[in-house]
Amino acid sequence: MTSMRRVLTIAHLTLDEAARRKVLLATVVCGLVFIALFGIGFYFIHRDLMRDALPMAQRRMMLTFFTMAGLYAVNFLMVMTAVLLPVDTLSGEIASGVMQTVASKPIRRGEIVLGKWLAHGLVLAGYLLLMAGGVLLVARAISGVTPPHVERGMPLMLLEGVVLMTLSVAGGARLSTITNGIAVLGLYGLAFVGSWTEQIGTLAGNETARYIGTTASLIMPSEALWQLAAWHMQPPIMRDLHLTPFSPASVPNAAMVAWAAGYVVVTLLVGLRAFSRRSL
Amino acid sequence: MTDLVVQTHGLRKQFRDKVAVAELSLAVRRGEVFGFLGPNGAGKTTSLKMLLGLIEPTAGSGTLLGAPLGDRPTRARVGFLPEHFRFHDWLPGRQLLRYHGRLHGLAGPRLEARIEALLERVDLHDAAERPLREYSKGMLQRVGLAQAMLNAPEVVFLDEPTSGLDPLGRLLVRDVIADLRRQGTTVFLNSHLLGEVEVTCDRVAFVKQGRVVREMSLAEHTGGLEVELVLGSAGPEVSEGLARFGHGLAARDGAVRLMVESEETLPEMARWLVERGIKIYRIGARRKSLETLFLEIMGDDQRPG
Repeated sequence: MTSMRRVLTIAHLTLDEAARRKVLLATVVCGLVFIALFGIGFYFIHRDLMRDALPMAQRRMMLTFFTMAGLYAVNFLMVMTAVLLPVDTLSGEIASGVMQTVASKPIRRGEIVLGKWLAHGLVLAGYLLLMAGGVLLVARAISGVTPPHVERGMPLMLLEGVVLMTLSVAGGARLSTITNGIAVLGLYGLAFVGSWTEQIGTLAGNETARYIGTTASLIMPSEALWQLAAWHMQPPIMRDLHLTPFSPASVPNAAMVAWAAGYVVVTLLVGLRAFSRRSL
Repeated sequence: MTDLVVQTHGLRKQFRDKVAVAELSLAVRRGEVFGFLGPNGAGKTTSLKMLLGLIEPTAGSGTLLGAPLGDRPTRARVGFLPEHFRFHDWLPGRQLLRYHGRLHGLAGPRLEARIEALLERVDLHDAAERPLREYSKGMLQRVGLAQAMLNAPEVVFLDEPTSGLDPLGRLLVRDVIADLRRQGTTVFLNSHLLGEVEVTCDRVAFVKQGRVVREMSLAEHTGGLEVELVLGSAGPEVSEGLARFGHGLAARDGAVRLMVESEETLPEMARWLVERGIKIYRIGARRKSLETLFLEIMGDDQRPG
């Protein structure tokens, strides 16, 4: 039976490592710089829009669009963090021999993987909260605008990050650090291109393109989750009229969320199994 | 309680086409310091990892402290120092021991007291708050040794523990092993430093190409005596006569050398020479070293690893 105490010890060690290697500090500092830059840009955009005396609905739509642009940048940074932060957490410790000492203790291999997964999940959630929360707070403080259904969009963005982070952790159980990083980023690229293929195929009425895009989203559901999050966080008029690049023509449905959640569970189980059989 | 701490039958590990361990059959008794000897690439580390459950055997079976190899609860009674011990270099020594203690289920004042005692034992008390990146190779080995003893194990596996240590560091490791023996802890010492093994081990096994080719007790080590004689005259008839007392007779640098079974042969040999009027200027005998034995057992087909 899995011991939560041992899982938490590994999670603690992983978080301690992130803190002592200044990963958390770098993340927070870069995050604050990003938010500050976004705030400055948003402030000037808001000032110009107010000066131009646009109708309020139009102004709100434009401000929501800029907020979505900020969230899109956050999404990209979170994807990179989700892939790169844990990419060597298993493979690096296996290669350096650190894992031999840990795995020779009375701990299950699965508990090591779960501890690391939990710690990276917490870092990722904190990162998203800081970055997306910062963008939303800045937008609200300057303009009073908050995108709708943030409570639906944010969990979907987090799920997207968790999908990639889980793949990165699980891949390290079998692959070398560099191979793992390339493989996970490659899958993300596949999902990104696939999703746009699907959107364009939908707008053009090309079923084959739609089918290719959907298949890519099943292989890697990350971009579909962002599309769904973006769809939720826009006013109906913006998304229905496809007024921004963040308004998907083909909206992923709830089944895709269930697929992504299952994807996380299965990937984690495959990683646990691979690591349990790995020679250390 | 079984008297055997380690027992294996035909343990084998094959990585694709490469056989790392061909057939390991071994028995280590409780409380002994057991030396596992072999040249580089003989499969020592792979064997040790199989015993610890770090590598799954391709074939064969075995027990560690009476439980099947890889049994998780049993690892709470086992200590392990890997070869070239490494851990996160940002961790201070004391914190490293804390983490490993927690993985053993230790906590609170009991763990802290244990850490204090072990830091003192491996002479790292002053460096306990420094990160490992500031440790020398010897200090890393010593903190690794401390983590291997955190749980007061019944058996400790040490993989080349003195590799890279200076003479003082080696002495410390030797003392620690002697302490463990006094406490009744079984020590499984993986090494190719034969001098170290000779002074610390009770029993040794020689492993060659993944097989144990010989097991022996060092206390009963009667591998023979090398006798060196400096004689007044040593013609062919003397050489022929001396040959019946032993084997490997050779004349070199004005001395005659041969291997004999025991000290009892020496008076007989001296009497035989005196009866024939041959002057004896010097007669000396020394036990065959473990190194000589190692080279004999490994044969000429071994190349430096």
